[in-house]
Amino acid sequence: MEIIQIQNLTKRFPMGKGEFTALKGINLSFGKGEFAGLIGPSGSGKTTLLNIIGSLDVPSDGEALVLGNSIGKLSAKQAAKLRKENLGFIFQSYNLLQVHTVFENVEFPLLLLNYSTSERKKMVADALEWVGLTDKTKSKPPQLSGGECQRVAIARAMVKRPSLVLADEPTANLDAANSHNILQTMEKLNRELQTTFIFATHDEKVISYLHRKIFLLDGRVDKDEVVKSN
Amino acid sequence: MLKFLIKGLIRDKSRSRLPIIVVSVGVMLTVFMHAYITGFMGDTIEMNAKFTNGHLKVMTRAYADEMDQIPNDLALVNVSELTETLSQQFPNVQWASRIKFGGLIDAPDVNGETKSQGPAMGMGVDLLSDGSDEINRLNLRNSVVRGRLIVNRGEALLSEDFSQKLKVNPGDTVTLIGSTMNGSMSMYNFTVAGTISFGTEVLDRGSIIVDIEDARIALDMPDAAGEMIGFFNEGFYNDEKAVKIANQFNESNALTTDEFTPVMKSLSQQGSMGQYVELSKIWSVLISSVFIFAMSLVLWNAGLLGGLRRYGEVGIRLAMGEEKGHVYRTMIYESIFIGIAGTVLGTTVGLAFAWYVQVHGINISGMMEGASMMLPTHIRTRITVPDFYLGFIPGVLSTVIGTMLAGIGIFKRQTARLFKELEA
Repeated sequence: MEIIQIQNLTKRFPMGKGEFTALKGINLSFGKGEFAGLIGPSGSGKTTLLNIIGSLDVPSDGEALVLGNSIGKLSAKQAAKLRKENLGFIFQSYNLLQVHTVFENVEFPLLLLNYSTSERKKMVADALEWVGLTDKTKSKPPQLSGGECQRVAIARAMVKRPSLVLADEPTANLDAANSHNILQTMEKLNRELQTTFIFATHDEKVISYLHRKIFLLDGRVDKDEVVKSN
Repeated sequence: MLKFLIKGLIRDKSRSRLPIIVVSVGVMLTVFMHAYITGFMGDTIEMNAKFTNGHLKVMTRAYADEMDQIPNDLALVNVSELTETLSQQFPNVQWASRIKFGGLIDAPDVNGETKSQGPAMGMGVDLLSDGSDEINRLNLRNSVVRGRLIVNRGEALLSEDFSQKLKVNPGDTVTLIGSTMNGSMSMYNFTVAGTISFGTEVLDRGSIIVDIEDARIALDMPDAAGEMIGFFNEGFYNDEKAVKIANQFNESNALTTDEFTPVMKSLSQQGSMGQYVELSKIWSVLISSVFIFAMSLVLWNAGLLGGLRRYGEVGIRLAMGEEKGHVYRTMIYESIFIGIAGTVLGTTVGLAFAWYVQVHGINISGMMEGASMMLPTHIRTRITVPDFYLGFIPGVLSTVIGTMLAGIGIFKRQTARLFKELEA
């Protein structure tokens, strides 16, 4: 079952008096439970494509259908609703709310979804258990290591059990041991919860875990290979 | 959600404590400066009021026409009755009779021959009656240089400069040579009780202060006074109120043609004081406005920067699916809270400082030596009603506008762009 369909997607950015084309006629589709990665050097368009899939940006031409929503046609409110209910994000620099505890950071997406207090407590506890941070609920991000911060970010992305998690260079700030730990956690969640993961990366460690590798070069799909079936 | 936002606000000191301090300091300065300007402008007016003009002054019509010449032959008579009438008619005003006079002060030597002489400007004020506030009003207690205040009839206070010029000391006798109300020559002996200095050239040049009853005897002015001056009970000049009272009093005597009919003038209706009152109003508004505007810019900028530095947090919240409008509204609510908290704190501290300076004043007499203008020797603030709400303009309005402007970026920027700033 395909949850993302991208057809003839082009994205242009204004640059000076002209335009810069970041994505050129991309055609891709992703099914439920995929563990896929957009791979390419800087400027290849992987983050731009991830942003469009995540409804953070809109296509200039073509169409991106995410969970049945045409990204280019969504209003700001509809895009926010899509992100709130179905998407999780993991960033290179974790982007945790520094003054809030681990529990509160993970709880935040649930607050937006108006879950009750008891539901939130249960769901946050589950999410922290997935990433092995049940003993750090009251800690704040500055008290955590980089690996722990990224695990909090994964818990935050996963707590509402989204259909799709988008991870932009999630291991860029981590050492090898932490990177493997994080990737194993995400692979386990992908396997157990059937959540689709799409990475934007050029990190060999991440690439080694991917089930599907989509190579981007100069805004085009250069190669799309499935290395492991889900 | 509200609890989450409040927790964030309280814990993030750069979002709460720092902006509240910045707003408080700005508001405190605004409130204090406004009170200071009002006080400084008002002090000069009050000084003139206390020594010369009063907040209100009652004279005969004829005296008022030639007020500069101090024509005591045109003075008010039956002053006791008039005082009673005025006190009943205007219970919020304290009335005091005064007699100004000019003359020659003669200081004799041990043989009774003239040792020295000098022209003097004199003032007969009520110093010995129970309940008279003239000693405090003229700040005589603090102005004594040598000797003491007048405690007995027949005593006088000479300005320190004048006493040195005449080579007289407390305890010596001096003679006032002047003219009575009826134009006859008058001579009256006073014992110098003490010497005084007001710190202003214009008052210290050659002045003599005596009790009004002695002045009445010396100048043959029984139950008469050149002028009656009135002071508002609250202690500050209020032009609108003074003009209203003066007009009300004058209307009741409008049909009388007698030149000895009492006429009332507000401070602003006397000589050039009107121009000064107008000028002080304009300056007060102008300086306060400039300061409020400057403070508004500072706090607006603080609000703007406070909003801009939160673009990262905004990016995270948008990524989690929070709507732009909701993010924007919560930022505005936060800035309203910060603005109100800072303004209340700043206004309280500003008023406390202003109150202290209003009560105790800042002594600047050292800077006033040799001044020929009648300027106050103490800087005093004056707390007025606007001081209680003025701080809300820079404190709340500017902070909120700054945040609103910063927040516009949330709508104008693509969400992905906010993300770039977040990643930076």
